[in-house]
Amino acid sequence: MKVLIRGAGVAGLTLAHELATRGASVTVVDIRRQIAGNASWQAGGMLAPWCERESAEETVLSLGRGAADWWSAALPGHVMRNGTLVVAPARDAGELDRFGRRTSGYRAIDAEAIAALEPDLEGSFTRALFFAEEAHLDPRRALLELQQKLVEMGVRFDFGYGAVHSRSADVEADCTGITGRLTGLRGVRGEMLILKTSEVALARPVRLLHPRIPVYVVPRSGNLFMVGATMIESDAAGPITARSVLELLNAAYALHPAFGEAELVETGTGIRPAFADNLPRVERDGNTIRINGLYRHGFLLAPAMAHKAAAMILGTETEKERAHEAHH
Amino acid sequence: MLELYGHQVSSRLLLGTALYPSPAIMAEAITASGAEIVTVSLRRETSGGKTGGKFWSLIQSLGVRVLPNTAGCHSVKEAVTTAKMAREVFGTDWIKLEVIGNHDTLQPDVFGLVEAAKILAAEGFDVFPYTTDDLVVAGRLLDVGCKLLMPWCAPIGSARGPQNLDALRSLRGHFPDVPLIVDAGIGRPSHAATVMELGYDAVLLNTAVAKAGDPVAMASAFGKAIEAGRQAFRAGPLEARDMAVPSTPVIGMAAFS
Repeated sequence: MKVLIRGAGVAGLTLAHELATRGASVTVVDIRRQIAGNASWQAGGMLAPWCERESAEETVLSLGRGAADWWSAALPGHVMRNGTLVVAPARDAGELDRFGRRTSGYRAIDAEAIAALEPDLEGSFTRALFFAEEAHLDPRRALLELQQKLVEMGVRFDFGYGAVHSRSADVEADCTGITGRLTGLRGVRGEMLILKTSEVALARPVRLLHPRIPVYVVPRSGNLFMVGATMIESDAAGPITARSVLELLNAAYALHPAFGEAELVETGTGIRPAFADNLPRVERDGNTIRINGLYRHGFLLAPAMAHKAAAMILGTETEKERAHEAHH
Repeated sequence: MLELYGHQVSSRLLLGTALYPSPAIMAEAITASGAEIVTVSLRRETSGGKTGGKFWSLIQSLGVRVLPNTAGCHSVKEAVTTAKMAREVFGTDWIKLEVIGNHDTLQPDVFGLVEAAKILAAEGFDVFPYTTDDLVVAGRLLDVGCKLLMPWCAPIGSARGPQNLDALRSLRGHFPDVPLIVDAGIGRPSHAATVMELGYDAVLLNTAVAKAGDPVAMASAFGKAIEAGRQAFRAGPLEARDMAVPSTPVIGMAAFS
């Protein structure tokens, strides 16, 4: 079976992995010159289905809870299983209660337990929610490493404008995200920035709740911290706005004052593809399969969607999966 | 029927479109609430009106009237510019005017508000000013051309409900013929019913629905509470008394002792 995958983001690469491990002949094409720069490249890389349940439907939890295992198996050593810490400034303590009411899979912890988990946050917060089962990875390293692994498995990659013109394949898989221009698909702009400092160390993603501007800080190797992300109903991909920089930096500073002295090494903008219900879809249209609408859950939901799409392509989906598809 | 700048509406709930878990839930909530007017932030929801087309067309498909707002504007100039952009993007003269005086509490800058309202009213805008419950400011807003007022009942997003009923009563008493819409601070349907019972014409809210456990059910609850409050106001609520009054004759007791 020859499969042509359009789009080398997290959806395309996870699908390539699912197909290649089952013996399909896979080619991945992308209009970009390289992987860097797509929406997946700007992701936080949090595998946090319990936290996401705060604003997402149950489906995100059920589809996402296996993600950390998938990534660990596909890329050993990349997944950090240190959980997620959720905190709120004292005046927004009500936000922590609300977050707790809407989620599960956490322990409410006190100042002492916070200090034990994250010594650098000692004394800053009196209580927090700790989601011990959650994990995170560095999305950029994961994408590059996965591409490398796929090449070794015999998957062909073809980049650039000339690569995307039609070529023969038994099945085409459209994983082009917002550029796919599917009916009902919209863009949700996300802006982020990367700070560099050796004065703060965090072992896990920390979410700082705020009624207007909830922000997360994800530690990466090399003293880097990804701070994200805005959610704006727009598919404009232009540079980050001054206001967004202010808000993200302000939140990082509120989490730890040393972030005020950090180097601002990068800002980025990505356009999340989303359907009206903010849930992902796998659709079949003749010989074309489409995975889209991963919204803010790319690394979290791509494995489950890739698994489903691969089963459709290879004709191995279970009765249950078929029934679920018909339901959609 | 309520008339706002020549436009008749039967629902007295105006609903915001921010902070919902998804656009699909927002659309369902709007429908469940019965709201005929929704507010849209040009700046934060549509990235300056540059695009955001899909979100915008979803709102349009609901058949509701759009009240664009100038949320996030901190100066008269910003607010006026944003209002003009909103007129282009949304094709309406309606504008919910917000001039923020304090970044943290989002309290309106009433001085800038009056100034911006004057400029916009002169340019043919139908201004819906988001103001405090201050009586004098309310008078100034009407002087410069506003035909309705939108006082807060508590700080925005605080969900605390009416903090100063006397001020709200005073506004109602002084401006009996001006449409008065409580905007900001409502947390629960009972808060909305309370201000409607005072004779307020409508209620505008967003967070209380969007961030509820079940936004669609809460939207419906607000729709009912607002209707109940209005009906109660028209029915003439009983005055409160200092002590119990039996509703049946008290026979055989020294009732007048």
